[in-house]
Amino acid sequence: MINKLVIENLKHRPVRTFLSMLAISIEVTMVLTLVGLSYGMLEESVRRTRGVGADVIVRPPGSSALTLSNAPMPEKLQNYFAGLPHVTRVTGTVVHPLVFPESVTGIDLAAFGEMSGGFKYLEGGPFQSPEDLIIDEHYARQQKLKVGQKVNLINRTWRVCGIVESGKLARLFVQLPVLQDLEGNQGKLSQIYLQADDDANIQTIIKGLKDTPALKEYGVYSTEELVSLISVSNLPGLKAFIAVIIGLGIVIGFLVVFLSMYTAVLERTREIGVLKAIGASPGYVLNILLRETAVLAFFGSILGVGLSFVSRWLITTLVPASLQQKIMPEWWLICMAISLVGALLGTLYPAWKAAKQDAIEALAYD
Amino acid sequence: MPESPNIIEVRDLRKIYRVGEVDVHALRGVNLDVPRGEFLAVVGPSGSGKSTLFHILGGLAAPTSGTVSMDGQDVRALTDAGRTELRKRCVGFVFQKYNLLPTLSARDNIEIARSIAHRTGPQEEWFKDALKLLDLEKRLDHKPRALSGGEQQRVAIARAIVNHPAILLADEPTGNLDTKNSEAVLNLLRQLNKKIGQTILMITHNPEAAEFADRTVHMRDGEIVEAPAAGH
Repeated sequence: MINKLVIENLKHRPVRTFLSMLAISIEVTMVLTLVGLSYGMLEESVRRTRGVGADVIVRPPGSSALTLSNAPMPEKLQNYFAGLPHVTRVTGTVVHPLVFPESVTGIDLAAFGEMSGGFKYLEGGPFQSPEDLIIDEHYARQQKLKVGQKVNLINRTWRVCGIVESGKLARLFVQLPVLQDLEGNQGKLSQIYLQADDDANIQTIIKGLKDTPALKEYGVYSTEELVSLISVSNLPGLKAFIAVIIGLGIVIGFLVVFLSMYTAVLERTREIGVLKAIGASPGYVLNILLRETAVLAFFGSILGVGLSFVSRWLITTLVPASLQQKIMPEWWLICMAISLVGALLGTLYPAWKAAKQDAIEALAYD
Repeated sequence: MPESPNIIEVRDLRKIYRVGEVDVHALRGVNLDVPRGEFLAVVGPSGSGKSTLFHILGGLAAPTSGTVSMDGQDVRALTDAGRTELRKRCVGFVFQKYNLLPTLSARDNIEIARSIAHRTGPQEEWFKDALKLLDLEKRLDHKPRALSGGEQQRVAIARAIVNHPAILLADEPTGNLDTKNSEAVLNLLRQLNKKIGQTILMITHNPEAAEFADRTVHMRDGEIVEAPAAGH
């Protein structure tokens, strides 16, 4: 019977019920979207790193797994690496950051193609002139670009010569020497990729490089090691960022439910008096309001999960190159718990007020 | 000890309210006996203390001094939880403004009182008979807003008696009703009293309503000023 009363109470004020659920759902969507973006963008980064086809990655001194240093490596290192045992292919790149998270990567198209298996052109073809730019399908869709169109990047006009399937290192590619010239870093590279003759020899190559005194300061990683480092726990501040988002979610849930339940309790003062007159204990009244809140939080969370699919659709449609949102089923229960905690905290005071209400005063309330 | 014939026994009952810095003596030594099965009317003008008496008898307020025995329980000694239990099992209320829960149907308004008293299972036969008497069977699935005042008050009466309380307390039960509905409700209370032996204490300022009761006591300024002995 108490459940029936709870449901009827919620149905009695459909707009308030819907708005409360919507606010809770936005809290859930916010957490799911931002957490999904964090994971989605990292996974996209992993996918593109793997897409290079390299087994070992060498980064300049001062780099970390997730950041590049401003002190590039000499290009001639490529020749040294190519001469090492078990190394079959070597290619170097230069990365020029644009507005986060975008960047332009300079590649040696032939060497990069050999290592990665080559670009799959959806439109256009390889570089023909120094102004040529190859972009991936997501960047093309986000910027509404077609082959032959001009693009201004790094104070220079480029011509889109090819649109390729995404998943290989970057979204924007230019010819390596052109970008080196543009940066004034002739003969320098941001990273060097090595391919091994056999997976079993990857560690041998890495050990050889690490044991080379001249490369002591360099970052040498296997691709698998590097991608394992690209995680939420390794990205500085990301864990804290997620914690802040969860905290904000709880605060939003708290405030929305507090206001909603506070007005509900005021509006139902007389009914609470009636319940008490017919023998309802303070615990019973508290129970009704907590159950109402739990229902709001439950359905608000489900709506929020649904809306997270909508937010992913919007992100994929509008900014597929800049942002990637992952759907995170393992976070659905967590979000439900977050919204429940916020909502229950928000109900505590109004429910306590209702439970302690004097029955005579409540019955006299108009 | 033999069971007292009186279901309500009030001795020297006093209630003082503090309003701001002033003490208001709402009850000044009330004595009252109500035998089991009696239909008693308490009549008095506004401010006579009858509502305060109603609240104390119903366990909604605690007395300042004196003794109140309801169906053998010393109300004064009860804690808040004890008074909640009293309202749940021993007392049924009928109010002037019906006080039905607007979100529930008539049937559920009755059922929630059973549920609060932890009574489960089908309704007892005597209650089904009472529902027939109240002529509510066809209106039970309607919400209060779809019921007339008379119907709402009849639902409130059904809710008040569903747990078979020792005492039915009615506070101006006809105060919001027209003459025809008032008479119907008063007749029903009388029939409940006669047919199922329901003890009823009705508070009213209307002498005509009081005529439906077995006995009438008059209150003024917090005291009972005219009280024929029980059975008269």
